[in-house]
Amino acid sequence: MTEYVSTTPGLFPLPDWAKDDLSDLKGHQKHDLIGGDEGEEITDVYQQAREEVVELQHEAGLDRVVEGQLRWDDMLAHPLAVHDSVETRGIVRYYDNNNFYREPVVQDDLGFSGDVASELEAATELTDEGDDLQAVLPGPYSLADLATDEHYGDEADFLEAIADFLAGEVEGFPDHETLFLLEPSLVESAPGDGLDERASEAIDAVASATDADVVVQPYWGALEEKVYAHLLDADVDAVGYDFVADQDDNLYNIQEYGSKGDVSLGLADGQNTLVEDPEALRDRAEWVFERLPVSEFETVYLTTNTETFYLPYGKFEEKLAVLAEAAELAEVTPA
Amino acid sequence: MSDTKDQFRPDDHENDHFLLTTVVGSYPKPKWLNRARELYEDPDADFDEDNWQEAKDDAARVITDEHERAGLDAVVDGEMRRNEMVEFFAHRIEGYEFNGPVKVWGHNYFDKPSVVSDVEYTDSWLVDEYEFTASATDRPVKVPITGPYTLASWSFNEAYDDDEELAYALAELVNEEIEKLVDAGARYIQIDEPALATTPDDHAIVGEALERIVADVPEDVRIGLHVCYGDYSRIYPEILEFPVDELDLELANGDYEQLDVFKDPEFTKDLALGVVDVHVAEVESVEQIEENIKNGLEIVPPEQLVVSPDCGLKLLPRDVAYGKMENMVQAARNVEKALDEGEIDVDRTAAPADD
Repeated sequence: MTEYVSTTPGLFPLPDWAKDDLSDLKGHQKHDLIGGDEGEEITDVYQQAREEVVELQHEAGLDRVVEGQLRWDDMLAHPLAVHDSVETRGIVRYYDNNNFYREPVVQDDLGFSGDVASELEAATELTDEGDDLQAVLPGPYSLADLATDEHYGDEADFLEAIADFLAGEVEGFPDHETLFLLEPSLVESAPGDGLDERASEAIDAVASATDADVVVQPYWGALEEKVYAHLLDADVDAVGYDFVADQDDNLYNIQEYGSKGDVSLGLADGQNTLVEDPEALRDRAEWVFERLPVSEFETVYLTTNTETFYLPYGKFEEKLAVLAEAAELAEVTPA
Repeated sequence: MSDTKDQFRPDDHENDHFLLTTVVGSYPKPKWLNRARELYEDPDADFDEDNWQEAKDDAARVITDEHERAGLDAVVDGEMRRNEMVEFFAHRIEGYEFNGPVKVWGHNYFDKPSVVSDVEYTDSWLVDEYEFTASATDRPVKVPITGPYTLASWSFNEAYDDDEELAYALAELVNEEIEKLVDAGARYIQIDEPALATTPDDHAIVGEALERIVADVPEDVRIGLHVCYGDYSRIYPEILEFPVDELDLELANGDYEQLDVFKDPEFTKDLALGVVDVHVAEVESVEQIEENIKNGLEIVPPEQLVVSPDCGLKLLPRDVAYGKMENMVQAARNVEKALDEGEIDVDRTAAPADD
């Protein structure tokens, strides 16, 4: 019997009141962005906002609850942007979006930070002993891709260092049910020969740092065949597929190379205000499974394809409710 | 070759050569205008629609005059009536709705609108703005309009199959607006497409949208296209095929590193060259700007050169914005004079490859 799990890849939009309050408290410039050493007033606003989004997820009925990553001013680059061994420089474009982050430049050994762990500690207190808590991190390949290395010197060494760093962070996490590793760079700047294999090994290294189920979620398209084949070698529980951006190639990859025992389907559009019907999402999941030779997945995660900070808050709230409802529908009338 | 430039030469222009000086469009708003907006948005304040309109009119007059004082040949009202380059138009187009602010970076947000049904043209967007500005100055007035590709890309698209289809639908509306502007007397229109920098592979969509925009626009109307902050090698030479008279490019910010991109093949449009950096809050010296202008002469002959800042000046302190315009105009006049006197070599014969 397949279990349907409604969830999200995190990186939520801030509630509108928090956008205002934090704009006032922090400012609008590059040097005003989060540094990991924010004072009590700012910490309080984030805590309030965190409480709000955790409650929102519970109310919506999502099966996994994320912390929301509301402090991640630099999006997926956040874990490095707040690191002591990293200098943040100019504002650079975040993939092909009209969004920008500070370029993190690694200048020294990447030791343990604990920044993300402390966010998760705060979230744990808001959930039922953390039993539905989902941790979210950039995958090592994407984090390395978003950063600049001025310390390790070699592409392979840098990727390995990033993987070790992330694994260390994960070891510091409180108990969590699931870990999502977001890997858009595997699609957007696909690793070439050799690097594709190392990217998979790097993911493996991070995944092995937790007992939780690990989902690797690439997005903004489908993986190149070789990249995909290597990714399947990583010891993770599920791979995610962005069925909003690309149905055919994702389907082809699964048909051709298989998948993991669990699967994550990015079915709701994290970058469009059009709110899907729960039935439509259920049908899209069904459409995928009908086209697979053997489709007995143990767990199916239903999620937005991308992070959700692109959305206005109200639409984001609606999307969460739809995901929860779609998972329930799918469970009642499985594909 | 485009011959729409000479109509903007002032009658009393002092040099034989004429490098048209202008701005991209936006300009810092006077602080009091922002205060007036706060009052207008405050339900408890005694500041009604008429007061707000009067404040915007005053600001438009002041900034148009400021452009004139700086000596620009073609002026703008500094977009005093516009809040943001997509929002402003989305509020005027049927089919758009607003759902709240979204993040651009850090705590900078914008009300990214959603297209929820077919876009339709109702009332004109800019004719009032144009007529007001034209009545406030004797100089030619340039009208910047956000292009359909950017309007489509920077909106949520709920109604059309893809952004390309939405961009074409919006292009028809821009065409309608330009016809009205031309009827009102506008002769210089600039289409702003900053989104092309994000997705340079879509240059064909921008080109096709421009074809729709210029359909039936009289030939003496000068149409420019403004693009900024991108890797130009990914859109050049394709952009030479666009049906516009002028390509307005940001190049000072990158210290002209991309200049060579435009040398081969030959630049066949007019080049509106960015000669002051809008991201540096220091006013460049006249001498520095003269050197920047000369970079443009490596690409096009003087007849095809227009001089302008890299992009809108609105994020600069107002005195810095003014200083940049003033020095830019002075530099342009100096270069014209030097050209008249044969002091500048405009032979653009390609240097040997092994130089």
